[in-house]
Amino acid sequence: MLHLTIDGVSINVPAGTTVLEAARGMGEYVPTLCWHPNLTPANACRACVVEIEGSRALVSSCSRQAEDGMVVKTKTERVHNARQVIAELLTSTNNTASAGDLQELVSHTAANTLRFAGGETWEQPLRDDNNLFVRNYDACILCYRCVEACGVDVQNTFAIAVAGRGFDAHIDTGFDRPLPESDCVFCGNCVEVCPTGALLDKKEYELRQSGRWEEQDITTTRTTCSYCGVGCELELHVMDNQVVKVTSPEDNPITHGMLCVKGRYGYEYVQVHEDITEPAP
Amino acid sequence: MIYRLFPNPELELATAPASRERLVERGFERAYENAQEIGSDTVIQHIQAIRLGGRGGAAFPTARKWLSVKNEAESIKYVVMNADESEPGTFKDRELLLRDPLGPLTGLLIAASAVGAQQAYVYVRGEYRDVEIRIQEAITVLAEAGWIGPGKVSIDVRRGAGAYIAGEETALFNSIEGYRPEPRVKPPYPTAQGLFHKPTLIQNVETLANIALLFAHDVDWFRAVGTDATPGTKLVALSGHVANPGVYEVPFGIELGALIGDGQYGGGTGTGRPLKAVLMGGAAGTFITPQEAFEARLDYPDLAKFGAGVGSGAIMLFDSTADLGRILTGLARFFADESCGQCVPCRIGTKRILELLETQRLWDRRADLKDLATAMTDASICGLGQTAANALVSAMNRPSLWNEPAAL
Repeated sequence: MLHLTIDGVSINVPAGTTVLEAARGMGEYVPTLCWHPNLTPANACRACVVEIEGSRALVSSCSRQAEDGMVVKTKTERVHNARQVIAELLTSTNNTASAGDLQELVSHTAANTLRFAGGETWEQPLRDDNNLFVRNYDACILCYRCVEACGVDVQNTFAIAVAGRGFDAHIDTGFDRPLPESDCVFCGNCVEVCPTGALLDKKEYELRQSGRWEEQDITTTRTTCSYCGVGCELELHVMDNQVVKVTSPEDNPITHGMLCVKGRYGYEYVQVHEDITEPAP
Repeated sequence: MIYRLFPNPELELATAPASRERLVERGFERAYENAQEIGSDTVIQHIQAIRLGGRGGAAFPTARKWLSVKNEAESIKYVVMNADESEPGTFKDRELLLRDPLGPLTGLLIAASAVGAQQAYVYVRGEYRDVEIRIQEAITVLAEAGWIGPGKVSIDVRRGAGAYIAGEETALFNSIEGYRPEPRVKPPYPTAQGLFHKPTLIQNVETLANIALLFAHDVDWFRAVGTDATPGTKLVALSGHVANPGVYEVPFGIELGALIGDGQYGGGTGTGRPLKAVLMGGAAGTFITPQEAFEARLDYPDLAKFGAGVGSGAIMLFDSTADLGRILTGLARFFADESCGQCVPCRIGTKRILELLETQRLWDRRADLKDLATAMTDASICGLGQTAANALVSAMNRPSLWNEPAAL
């Protein structure tokens, strides 16, 4: 066990625990935007920074392993200022309408969303180039989750990467090709991990656009995917007796919330009511 | 004039920079053999004795770095020479490598044997094509001397592709590995997990040249110039409104006033107009006033009194006609262009600072700017974002530079 002090309280945690886990474990509020339980920490959003004695700069708690004797402070003026400015910078750049974690950071830090607004933003047209999901990059905060899910963390497809630099850094399919022309296999795991609604299933997007997406009317049913022998656990999100979305529980030990194109998007057949009675001509 | 890191003019005329004669005349052959003979522990003790700090800008104690890499149990280790010099106003490594490439490379080989590395890399700025050719010539000389080759240390040269951020040590590793040059989070430090995730010693060109000099001579020789705190010499790059721009080798502790005004160095502004401001340490450095400059000496403890540092040795002078707002806008544009975009404070912060400067709202927005600069310094992943607002903040903290009544 490691012995460390967080905000004046001493605690013991097993080796390998991150500072984030340790702090959250004792009930501290530590915001995260880019961190995801099933992905490698990207260290990109910097919202989880804390003060650690002996470090000149603040430290991202999501990736920092706890050490014996570490003295951590999560509520200092420096920490607050960094988190508040991060919230203000992101809101000055992105459409945050569907970014729940970011909205929470804004309200928690009492961020003034107009403070750095008025400059260049990430406003850009929706990329709607396939039948399964849309890309609304003006909501993208460049958390790297989709890149990691597409890459070594989950899918090993490498259809997308960060391109450009500075304010122009962005998620790219390779020369901004439409997704069907890229290496994308449409597993939708990028959509699953996106924290801001920049990536959205087409069905959900269309229902939301037409004002028919009613969160309170949606029920979820657990079942098993019928496509192959792996037997992934599915959660069917059902509205008006129609499947509108398929996910897998994040804590499922097999899927870790990730699926393939068939499991995630191949559900239309369960709601086609015309029975096939003769062979196709 | 002092000639240590640079060869003296007679030798420079008599021998080619990348030649066997130069290797012998400069004492680098002696240095290499000497270092092999005394063994790695003594090598590191000698480096400790001259209090050598990294000359790339951060001034981290060199001996500590070497010891950390040496003590790592891994069988595969790397040494890297960082020649990705790309900051505005910094051009001393280019000069050093063109005029005396065998010094830094000898230092690199001494480093490899001291820490137990079989593979060395030289990462050179892509635009420095002439430097790369000179390095390749020097490597040929070393191969002919039998220092590198099969069964010994090998040196590979890698060229950057135009990103300032690739000079950040962990971004540089990513670049050599074939990835996007994005800085990695530390820890783990390069000494434990660096290039290809193996223990790696990475040093600036000038630091390695000092190593070669130390073992070509001895500790006492090395300590004979400079200050107690920082023995030895420093390459400084003078630019801006200066009569004699260029790279000069000077002992640590030299008065900044002499460096700027003396005819054998800067020779004054050269415009007939008085000095207005001095930018110490490059684009991420600190603006000081002429009064401060004439009180200060070129040494870490002395410059620290003014909140400044030696940095990479870049010193930019500005005379009374200089428009500070425009200069700061140029620096801000540099950081906004060169931010890799990985972390929020730097990616968006550098952009917002540039916009504030372009719209000339600096002084109306001073409170916001202060919070933004603090967040960037505190929360950015790497040194680029952490220091991007340094020059701006230092200038705004000196209201006399602007005829403004109060500081930031």
